[in-house]
Amino acid sequence: MREIVVISGKGGTGKTSVTAAFAHIGRSGGKTQAVICDLDVDAPDLHLLLQPRPVTTHQFASGHEARILPETCTACGECASRCRFQAICVDGAVPYIDPLKCEGCNVCVTFCPVGAIAFEPKVCGTWHRSQTRFGPMVHALLRPGEENSGRLVALLRDQARHYARANGLDLILADGPPGIGCPAISALTGVHLAVVVAEPTPSGRHDFHRAVELCQHFKLNIATIINKADLNPQLNAALQQDCRRMHIPVIAELRHDMAFTHALMQAQTVTEFKDGALAAKLRRAWADILTTNTP
Amino acid sequence: MVKIAITSQGPTLDDHIDTRFGRAAGFIIIDPHAMTFDYLDNGACQVRGQGAGIQAAETVARAGAEAVLTGYVGPKAFKALSAAGIKIGADLHDVTVREAVRQFNEGRITWTDRANR
Amino acid sequence: MIVAIASGKGGTGKTLTAASLVRTWAGPVVAVDLDVEVPNLHLFLNPRITGRQPAFLQVPVVDNAKCDRCGRCADFCQFRALSVLGATVMVFDQMCHGCGGCKDLCPQGAITWGSRELGEIAWGGIGDDHFLMGRLRVGEAMSPPLMRAVKTRLKEWTPAAHSDVIIDAPPGVSCPAINAVMDSDVIVLVTDPTPFGLFDLTLAYKAFVPLNKPLAVVINRDGIGGEAVDTFCRAHRLPVLARIPYDLQIAAAYAGGRIIAEQANVYWTLFSNLGDQLRMLGPEGRQVGYA
Repeated sequence: MREIVVISGKGGTGKTSVTAAFAHIGRSGGKTQAVICDLDVDAPDLHLLLQPRPVTTHQFASGHEARILPETCTACGECASRCRFQAICVDGAVPYIDPLKCEGCNVCVTFCPVGAIAFEPKVCGTWHRSQTRFGPMVHALLRPGEENSGRLVALLRDQARHYARANGLDLILADGPPGIGCPAISALTGVHLAVVVAEPTPSGRHDFHRAVELCQHFKLNIATIINKADLNPQLNAALQQDCRRMHIPVIAELRHDMAFTHALMQAQTVTEFKDGALAAKLRRAWADILTTNTP
Repeated sequence: MVKIAITSQGPTLDDHIDTRFGRAAGFIIIDPHAMTFDYLDNGACQVRGQGAGIQAAETVARAGAEAVLTGYVGPKAFKALSAAGIKIGADLHDVTVREAVRQFNEGRITWTDRANR
Repeated sequence: MIVAIASGKGGTGKTLTAASLVRTWAGPVVAVDLDVEVPNLHLFLNPRITGRQPAFLQVPVVDNAKCDRCGRCADFCQFRALSVLGATVMVFDQMCHGCGGCKDLCPQGAITWGSRELGEIAWGGIGDDHFLMGRLRVGEAMSPPLMRAVKTRLKEWTPAAHSDVIIDAPPGVSCPAINAVMDSDVIVLVTDPTPFGLFDLTLAYKAFVPLNKPLAVVINRDGIGGEAVDTFCRAHRLPVLARIPYDLQIAAAYAGGRIIAEQANVYWTLFSNLGDQLRMLGPEGRQVGYA
């Protein structure tokens, strides 16, 4: 089974639009049906293009949250002095734990001399197994403000593999999270190919390198797509050269194209919206991904 | 009695080896000479998220396995298995559990000294 | 006052807005890049970096000579950073949040502090203004501890009354984004008028409303999408304080690493007006309003 994840480091480079186009192309190719996966659980957007119909919906519980029981608390302040996340505020009559700062470490609960702190499991989001017009999809939504998105990403990957194995599918195509921290690491470990979508802007190039460095850290196969290549020809050339130097294939070079936005406004993938040079490039890139991607 | 652990996609010897260690569907803990075995389901790793490799290492160590046969072992699981003194035979793909045991009995397993990725 | 520039979706123009706001801000300002995973603000503001230092998190080290493998630390740890395996207790320090519970709990006193490098903090000047950023070490999973270190440095460094602070926050709505905006006086949400922008703005709104801080919206690439973002803002009484038009010249200037406010007088005015309106939403502005 092969797992392909599309990432970018920087947000807004076209990662989701490219993933959606691949989902469409993979479907119309027939042979290579993929399980589609949205691993950007923090701000997932792929469903806006693929319009999944949930088949099953599940709650995602992860970690615990500490809460002070006012009737038992003696306001001794032990919890606040031990909390390393400055999550406990003691200026009222009874200390108060800020749920946004609490990391669920259990220190205050363990050391409270009168047992006045409850430690409750936390529901952090929901996840779905769905059907789309291009095949099965797993996706999720973290509750706004919650942590543990890395765990939710790991859970979605497990579910995608589980579904693929049970249904004889051989491919997982995932839209990855932005950045290079916890969710990105969780999305990338052990995948067979990371497709990095770059754009020729100073931030785009800077973040492309951060993303590539992360992939190299995990010894992954990497391919690059340069989007909005005509935005800055010098930086585009520099990106091409960066890729040559690092032996990373550039599998597509796409021009800045309003078709992406127009397609999005109609909840279509860009390849459904318009069949032309752009669609042809994306089809070639997908063919490259399928042939170059060996574990 | 020697016991080895094999990551398995299912509960029988004719199931395929699961190439992932921490996120394997389950572990077959087998005495490779007598061919008696138990199956430990690892389905709980699906809700556990991160740290699956460490947890899996704890599971096979508790089961008393002296060696693990699997596909890929990540760095954390490798460190954990090594600390527990468990030998690691990695890079097994597309074989059944029975075939993996046969390779073990014939001395054809290459023991690894580093994580795959 | 502290202004945080945030967005649900990445790539909506957060850094572009922050850079122009810093440049046009009336009075002394500290520009802080808290998007530590992929910090970009320095690429536009070109600060003179005058100092840098690595940031560390305290993580446990087990003295196996003192340890009797009772396992209390491993049972306690919520993040599975400790495990009893064979004759040793292993520390998986990359999983550790640094809560210190294992150290306090160990009956043998076998745990001491070691450290894990989170990344680095760098600071310097931009003309008369100040600049501060964090940069996560590649491979490090947790950004909030590094963000806390940047904020600690900020407090040590600037007398709060003296300078205003403009924060470039990470995108998204989970712990790193919340961490970046929770100490601010005003939160600006940058969005674009597409379905992606609207959906992520909705998430950001839900995540930030519980913080009870004034929220305002900046619409970037105004004109490319539909009316839905405006409708949402009206329905939730979110003031739209600025509209950055869709203009290929802006895209090209951004791609060239230039600051949009400096490209034309209309843009300078646009961002200095945005600054004026944000000051009205801040603590002093609101006092004036009440008087």
